[in-house]
Amino acid sequence: MIESIGWGLVFVGIGFIAAGSVGLVRLPDLYCRLHALTKADNLGLGCICSGLALLFGQWIIAIKLLLIWLLVLLTSAAVAHFIARHVLDKERRK
Amino acid sequence: MNMLLWNLFDCVLALLALVLGWRVVSSHDLKRAVVLFIAFGLLMSLIWARLAAPDLALAEAAIGAGLTGALLLSALRQQPASSESPVRSLMDVYGSLVLVLVLGGVMAWALFAAPGMVQGSSSNNPIYLQLEQSGVSNPVTAVLLNFRAYDTLLEIAVLFCVAIGVLAFGRERQHVMPAGPLLGVLMRVLVPLLVVMSSYLLWVGAHAPGGAFQAGAVLAAAGILLHLGGMPTLGMPGPLNLRWLLIAGLACFLLVGLATMLNGASFLTYPQAWTSVLILLIETGAVLSIAATLVLAYRGGGAPLDQPQGEGSHEERL
Amino acid sequence: MLSATLIYGLSGLGLFVVGLYGALRPESLLARVLAVNVSSAGVFLMLVALAYRGNDQLPDPLPHALVLTGLVVAISATALALVLERRLREWGDD
Repeated sequence: MIESIGWGLVFVGIGFIAAGSVGLVRLPDLYCRLHALTKADNLGLGCICSGLALLFGQWIIAIKLLLIWLLVLLTSAAVAHFIARHVLDKERRK
Repeated sequence: MNMLLWNLFDCVLALLALVLGWRVVSSHDLKRAVVLFIAFGLLMSLIWARLAAPDLALAEAAIGAGLTGALLLSALRQQPASSESPVRSLMDVYGSLVLVLVLGGVMAWALFAAPGMVQGSSSNNPIYLQLEQSGVSNPVTAVLLNFRAYDTLLEIAVLFCVAIGVLAFGRERQHVMPAGPLLGVLMRVLVPLLVVMSSYLLWVGAHAPGGAFQAGAVLAAAGILLHLGGMPTLGMPGPLNLRWLLIAGLACFLLVGLATMLNGASFLTYPQAWTSVLILLIETGAVLSIAATLVLAYRGGGAPLDQPQGEGSHEERL
Repeated sequence: MLSATLIYGLSGLGLFVVGLYGALRPESLLARVLAVNVSSAGVFLMLVALAYRGNDQLPDPLPHALVLTGLVVAISATALALVLERRLREWGDD
């Protein structure tokens, strides 16, 4: 039972990441792309991490996966902000 | 069925690496090429994990994708706008093609003639058989710092030569404008975390994936982050101390080697009881040297030794 | 029968050839440094592919150690090349 929930979460996560990648290719401008990429990927990674934690069923691994997810959340949000601000500054200067 | 899935996965991954590598080389836009190269590094990291080489995956993620990317992006900023490549004579084109094909043919022959193509069993691999005497239980660390410590010594020496070259030829770059309050927050969270992670990698390298190279790369990332955040002096050693750090790895290695010789054994043959301690000592020195060299390379050079210090300006101190 | 060693070995061979060809072209120095890096990644890939012994066996750690030192040497050589390139350009400007 737990195993199938774990696998389900992993596949849902893969779906989110695939959607984010499609957004990266299909959306018109940089801000939309950043939005699609960071939001969908963070959620997708969260699903994959929780799914893997369920599959392994050990506390120490669950904590490590949680830490990984939090770190990626922090850095991807920050990096998306930097990229968007850089482009915004450039456009304003024009 | 299972095997087929693995093969499919392998083919996709290998083909992706090949295509990405080709795009890096063939791209005319340098900025594009550099970004693709960073993605290529991440892909290589995935491939190392697939090929049961977690030590390499860690190192590639930190070095290949992280630090090389930082170095290349900062070099990109100063590139001249664009220069059309000169026209080559047909002789040149054919000459380089022939050279590439000959070297590629030799490599292909090496690939198929190498003993690894005959799938040998690893149960009689001498490295695994003697692992217990090496003082560490991570086979890669055992090879690096015990069985083939000479190689690693020479590699640290190569790193030292690079540091000398950067000190001799480079001039310290002006750091860019601080990127705003968010980077400050990021720095406050990440830099301590990176330092802790680096020590963890150093310690855990004895019995799990990790070790001096990964730890050094992570520590260097902390230094580069500080530099990016407009705080190049924070936590950075002065010019004299920097030079001590640069020789730490080589010095530890050579001193341990000399000590083993004075003890009556041959160069770098550790006494059995001391093996783990000596390996950790060498690795600690190596971490400091690797991190210092990489940060120095990112800054593009250091301040000279005889420069007066404490004149109020931050740029003068390393 | 396609084995992982063969697949990744051939991919590494291709990367080596592509990188070498790129390094010989008269592009800017930075592009050639990139190409040399791609080429070295190909050599590393061949070595690690040869060390792989299948899913149920431990790999040969010796090539792993060689590639680990190779990675560090590659980045330090890249760093030195970039410093020299900057110096060359500064001299050219004077």
